[in-house]
Order: sequence, then structure tokens, then C-alpha cells
Amino acid sequence: MSATVSQIDEVKTTPWAGGRSPFAVEYGKMMMWFFLLSDAFTFSSLLIAYGALRFSSTSWPSAELVFQSVPGLLDNGAPLVFVGIMTFILILSSVTMVLAVEAGHRNARKEVAGWMVATIIGGFMFLGCQALEWTHLHHEGFWWGSIPHMEELKHLFKGGDEATFGVYAQQFANLFFTITGFHGFHVFSGVIINIIILINVLAGTYQKRGSYLMVEKVGLYWHFVDLVWVFVFTFFYLV
Amino acid sequence: MSSEHTEAHGEHASMTKGKIVKVFVILLLITVVEFIIALWAVPHAGLPVNYANPIYIFLTLLKAYYIVAFFMHLKFEKLGLIYSLVVPVLFIIGLILALTNESHHWLDLRF
Repeated sequence: MSATVSQIDEVKTTPWAGGRSPFAVEYGKMMMWFFLLSDAFTFSSLLIAYGALRFSSTSWPSAELVFQSVPGLLDNGAPLVFVGIMTFILILSSVTMVLAVEAGHRNARKEVAGWMVATIIGGFMFLGCQALEWTHLHHEGFWWGSIPHMEELKHLFKGGDEATFGVYAQQFANLFFTITGFHGFHVFSGVIINIIILINVLAGTYQKRGSYLMVEKVGLYWHFVDLVWVFVFTFFYLV
Repeated sequence: MSSEHTEAHGEHASMTKGKIVKVFVILLLITVVEFIIALWAVPHAGLPVNYANPIYIFLTLLKAYYIVAFFMHLKFEKLGLIYSLVVPVLFIIGLILALTNESHHWLDLRF
């Protein structure tokens, strides 16, 4: 008696046949990706709202006139220099994060810890710079719902009808603080999460687990923060 | 737990230190080009803003590609995962088109 297996009873082994992840990623990592997708929508909505308000305006504060100080060094005359430093810090902290992930693949605990420390320092430096930037603008009179006096405001525009400056400067201030604030909040939570992961790395949690996948997951979040900054930088400081 | 074990190894070995440094240099160079346009080409060499802005946006998207593809490692994931993340992002284009169109209408209303 030979048992013949009909074709329909054969166990399928294709990626979508069940029993394994068709995307070949661990659950938590996939969920991090989908969280970041939803976060990308949130940031896009904010930036597109900014774009819509700016497109419909007849004048707008000029980036190189508003952002031309290096806090602690120069009060004016250095357009975009400070934000350039901030961008450099964030890209660099993204690099140290990938290096932490790379060290994790080799199960090199000390190297992972070292690169995580570097990433956290980068995060704090960025937050410090942002605090200085906010303080500077606040001193000039910008805040949610407040703008500098007309005399100072005139120097921040490159033409346009003076009667409209107030409205557009206020839109600019609200959008700037909301969007960079929301981004800064992400950087802040990223730094906190990185610190938690660093503690686990030092405690040997991932060494025992045999995998540094958690470093990879928070790495995704950290790179996303960098990714958002690339867009914020372009649309607030360059365009 | 065990699945985490097996997946962490093997398939993710594609980002070596050399490649990381290479991507970093590319990102840095793109940023430098953006600064050259913003601080020299537009104010001193007479590049019209209408030309500079699309260049900025192109360079930004290029940087975004390098961050997502290499730092976030998406280029080396399964095609299914790539599509499930990239295709929804395309909906953003719809919102951009809708709101730029709408904002021109707002501008018209003001005059």
C-alpha cells in the first residue's frame, strides 16, 4: 500500500504560505517601519500645510535674513552657518548609529556601547543647538502668537507690501516653532530611547539574547529623525 | 525569541564600515552643494530662485534616498516590505498637488 500525496495536500513553502514572516523581518522591526510610515504622514501634513500657507502669501520672511546669527559668536552676518552646524551634527550622529548597528551584527558589546554614547552626545548637541536657536528667535520677538515690532520686521523681508508683513511673519513663527518643535520632540524621545538601549547594552541584555536587533530598531527611529530634519532644513532654511 | 536570533545574522551583513563612510561623504557633499547654491549661486552668481528651489528639492530627495536605502537598510529588505512602505508614501504627492492647487486659489481670493 503506497500512500500517494495529492498535490493539494502538499505543504507549501513559498514566502506567503504561512509559518514565517514573508517580509523576513522580526515583528517589532516591521512595526517600527509602519510607525515611521505613519509619522512620515504627520510630518508631511505639517510641511505641506506650511507650503500651502507660503504659496498663498504675497511676502515671506527671508531665511537668510532671519537665520543669520551664530549664538555666542556672531549676532548677524553669518546666514545659515549655525543651521549648517546642526545639520552636520545630526548626519554625524546618524553615522555613529549605523556604526553601532554594524558592531551589533558582530556582537561586539563594547563597540556598540561606544557608538551609542557618541550617538547620544550628538543628539544632546543637536538639542542644545536648537535650544539656542529658539532662544535667539524668542529674543528677537518671535514666538507662537507674537512677532517683533514693525521696525525690526522690515529688515527680515526682501520686499513685498509692508501692510502684510505682520500676518506672514506670524504664520512663519507659528509654523517654525510647531514644526521644529515637533521634530525636536522626536529628537528628544530618540535620545531617551537611545539611553535606555545603551543601559541594556551595558547590562549585557542583548549579549545574553544573542542579538542586537533592538539597536537596529531604535536605529531606524533615529535615522528617521535625521530624515525629517533633511526636509525641515530644506523647506525652512533653503527655499 | 529564536526567530530574532536567526534573522539578526546573515542577511544584514551588507553595510560594511567602508560603505557607511561612503554614504556619509555623499550626504555631506550634497549638503555642501546646497550651501553653495544658497550662499553663493543665488546671491552672487545670479541663479534665479525659481531654478534653485527645484534643485534643492531634488537634492533633498536624493539625501532622503541615501538615508532610507542605506542607513535604514531598506534597499536590502524583501521587495514586499519595500513596496508596502514606499507605495503609501506616494499618497503624499496627492496631498501636495491638492494643497498647492488650493493655495493658488487662496492667493487669487486675496486680490
